[in-house]
Amino acid sequence: MASWPILSFATFLPLVGVALILLFCRGNSPDVLRNVRYISLWTTLVNFVLTLLVWANFDPRNPNYQMVEKAAWIPDFGINYHMGVDGISVLFVVLSGFLMPLCILASWESVQVRVKEYMMAFLALETLMIGMFCALDFVLFYMFFEGVLIPMFLIIGVWGGPRRVYAAFKFFLYTLLGSVLMLLAILAMYYVAGTTDIPTITATQFPRSMQLWLWLAFFASFAVKVPMWPVHTWLPDAHVEAPTAGSVILAGVLLKMGGYGFLRFNIPMLPEATEYFAPLIYTLSVVAVIYTSLVALAQEDMKKLIAYSSVAHMGFVTIGMFALNQQGIEGSVFQMLSHGVVSGALFLCVGVVYDRLHTREIARYGGLVKNMPKYAVVFLFMTMASVGLPGTAGFVGEFLVLLGVFRDNTWVAALAATGMVLGAAYALWLYRRIVYGKLTKPDVKAMFDMTPREIAVFLPLIAVVLWMGVYPSSFLNVTSASVEQLIQTYQTKLAAAHAASGVSVAER
Amino acid sequence: MTAAFPDIWPALPEIFLALSGIALLMLGVFRGDGFTRPVSYLAIVCMLLAAVLSMGYGAGRVVTFNGMFVMDAFGVFMKVLVLVSAAFAVILSLGFNEREQMARFEFPVLMLFATLGMLMMVSANDFISLYVGLETQSLALYVIAAFRRDHAKSSEAGLKYFVLGALSSGMLLYGASLVYGFAGTTSFDKVAALFAGGAHVSTGVVIGLVFVMAGLAFKVSAAPFHMWTPDVYEGAPTPVTAFFAAAPKVAAIALLTRVVMEPFGHLAAQWHQVLVATAILSMVIGSFVAIMQTNIKRLMAYSSIGHIGYALVGLTTGTQDGVRGVLIYMALYIAMNIGAFAVILSMKAKGRMLEEIKDFSGLSKTNPMLAATMAIFMFSMAGIPPMAGFFGKLYVFLAAIAAQEYTLAVVGVLTSVVGAFYYLRIIKIMYFDEPSVVVDKVDDDGMTGVLVITSAFTLLFFVAPAPILNGAAAAAAALFAG
Repeated sequence: MASWPILSFATFLPLVGVALILLFCRGNSPDVLRNVRYISLWTTLVNFVLTLLVWANFDPRNPNYQMVEKAAWIPDFGINYHMGVDGISVLFVVLSGFLMPLCILASWESVQVRVKEYMMAFLALETLMIGMFCALDFVLFYMFFEGVLIPMFLIIGVWGGPRRVYAAFKFFLYTLLGSVLMLLAILAMYYVAGTTDIPTITATQFPRSMQLWLWLAFFASFAVKVPMWPVHTWLPDAHVEAPTAGSVILAGVLLKMGGYGFLRFNIPMLPEATEYFAPLIYTLSVVAVIYTSLVALAQEDMKKLIAYSSVAHMGFVTIGMFALNQQGIEGSVFQMLSHGVVSGALFLCVGVVYDRLHTREIARYGGLVKNMPKYAVVFLFMTMASVGLPGTAGFVGEFLVLLGVFRDNTWVAALAATGMVLGAAYALWLYRRIVYGKLTKPDVKAMFDMTPREIAVFLPLIAVVLWMGVYPSSFLNVTSASVEQLIQTYQTKLAAAHAASGVSVAER
Repeated sequence: MTAAFPDIWPALPEIFLALSGIALLMLGVFRGDGFTRPVSYLAIVCMLLAAVLSMGYGAGRVVTFNGMFVMDAFGVFMKVLVLVSAAFAVILSLGFNEREQMARFEFPVLMLFATLGMLMMVSANDFISLYVGLETQSLALYVIAAFRRDHAKSSEAGLKYFVLGALSSGMLLYGASLVYGFAGTTSFDKVAALFAGGAHVSTGVVIGLVFVMAGLAFKVSAAPFHMWTPDVYEGAPTPVTAFFAAAPKVAAIALLTRVVMEPFGHLAAQWHQVLVATAILSMVIGSFVAIMQTNIKRLMAYSSIGHIGYALVGLTTGTQDGVRGVLIYMALYIAMNIGAFAVILSMKAKGRMLEEIKDFSGLSKTNPMLAATMAIFMFSMAGIPPMAGFFGKLYVFLAAIAAQEYTLAVVGVLTSVVGAFYYLRIIKIMYFDEPSVVVDKVDDDGMTGVLVITSAFTLLFFVAPAPILNGAAAAAAALFAG
């Protein structure tokens, strides 16, 4: 176990990068901008190494929070600076650390205006994301969770596409509306439990009627974040308008905050409400899987198509989670990780051609396999991973989710499985329209294949997707102990609640 | 009855301020308008010294002047807030007054006297001293609202403020006289003792209470008594607006808090619903009407109405945590409000003041630091963590949830989302739009200092929140001790 506060280092190191840029990079000459890019890249790389150290220090057999740091922050209210990771959160920390250098690399040339601010926004975003996954105090968690909105709002709004203002506002206000209700729920929990300490609140039993309201308030926040149908509409807009790296982070990490929230708060803290509302989640998720897959089929815009596919894939995640068994939850955690990598990679694939032709319209492309063979291979690989081809990351997650949910509800499993078929349809059709066909358009003919920098971005992604697909145990082992404990907490509390209500019925 | 000389020590800050105000007035009269800057600097020093004097009081409650005047931890906290924000407002006025040819030595002196009135309001322990303090403040404020007397809008603002302010003072006085008629005393302590003893609450007292609260709602510009705010904010010279939005609000909130908690603490059932309605209306009007504004000062007016609504949410609970929330909220509100006005006062192109929201367009390109500062204040006012404004809302809503005021809490967070929209709009205009005018560099050292201090406070409050939180806790406890 590390004796130094490794999580705080991993969280706040990017801010050091921000400070370096602020202090040492004056002016806008090309040299200065190159320094800014290198500072950002090195900061994120060092931070990635730190997150890997977190993983290396993590003991997978221990289901509890590890590398815990605790310091008094607002003592009067019992609010502490409390950090720690368990099997559910540790891999998300690594995921954030992994995607960030790739985002910096992907923006190396495509971002030419206000480079300093752009890099600072991304570094601040990294701090907030990693902090959010490590926070073990509600107020601290909420600060990171909400704080993410500020840099993301600016990233979409300043460096986004033509409708960026609309998309940025929609993103911000949708998420804020959900989060403020969660804030009230947090305050209500504080009022009952007398603390904002997450492990303590997890051990607290809330009355049933209160649980239902609290659950709905948390649901309002996380459902928007995931996003679940019908509150998913901000996502296509945000994705389409955001710059490539913004989309990668949005799909790769920000959506996972919702799923993580469900796992961390709704299920262990509010088990009775979870049991009560699980059918609602199933229904909304199945609608999401099927409906958004159909919508994806009809898209003309590449990014929009992938955005809708994200909603569908996240539908799998929520289905698996609320199956409330080992396979389901482990599958959904795995699916979140794999979706983080795969959808991030797909947005990067879009970014590659967008940087060359400056359009995301599918019809403008076609026949790229002739002049961009390397790109065609990478894109095909990622498309297959997204479809869930065995041997790639996508397969493991979806398979486990379906297995888990089949044990709970065969109908939901059957309907979700149709989503996989539809997923193959839209993903392959997208690939066909862009990469195959005749290479007739002159501007498309002029496009050159991937540069070494772009290949450097994709190689680690491909490696990770294969690793996750071929040897998933290295990831599942990390999560399994904590998931086991989560399910145990859920069932013990539920049994206690049922026993209590059974007694009261008997007494009457 | 022997007229024993009263204990004057608890009133030392007030006495000091009054004497220094007179001295500065004399200084100005004999040295003329060319001496405005030294007088202003001295006024700032006097305010800060008075703040230090106020802090000299430890724990415990001291009543003097035959029970008319009270000094306790609550008073200390509020007086320091009032004095510090007034001092900042004087700093903000320096450059503006000189540019706009309204640099006269009366200006800082009037602000000093207004501040004196506010200190009296904070320490009032009797309806009579309440009224004296309130009028001392208001008379000075009427004059500085119309300080640019050759400017139609400023004169209009002054007149409007005077007419409506006089009306509200009249209502307050009428309410106080009703309370006196039915309770037989004007002393806060005696009224409190009367109702603590379970005396019958007659309709007359309730009507009087409502009138008093209506008068005070005027002063804090809570809806539905907010109508004057946008016009006065827009018309008054900007440093005066900055002053109006800060110090008098703190004093009036302090007064309102003391009135509902001390003399009428046992009548919570009567005033509770009045405050709930006022809070909800203020939050709703403050957030929805602000959306359509095009003038930044009018926007700030509606924004302040909304913020007062949030502060009142805390007061509505009538609990110690609620009062603590109000105090924290006011302290943080003052910081971001003064900062935001410092930005507005720095917005000038070729020496001309810019007051339209569209003038902010592209500010992040022409003056990145100023834009970043404004963005900090806007995110803070929208209540987005980790900015200070979030903590203000956190404690207010915490108290509301604990007191089971769920409706208020839900309305509060929903309106804060609406509010976020118009704060974000300013950020959007600064960051996403192209520049329309080139804004001058900030060349005023005092202004730069205010900008740095307030923005650092707002951004970094979360690192060490304890001093403000503990001060507010002690202040709130003092109100519930007796």
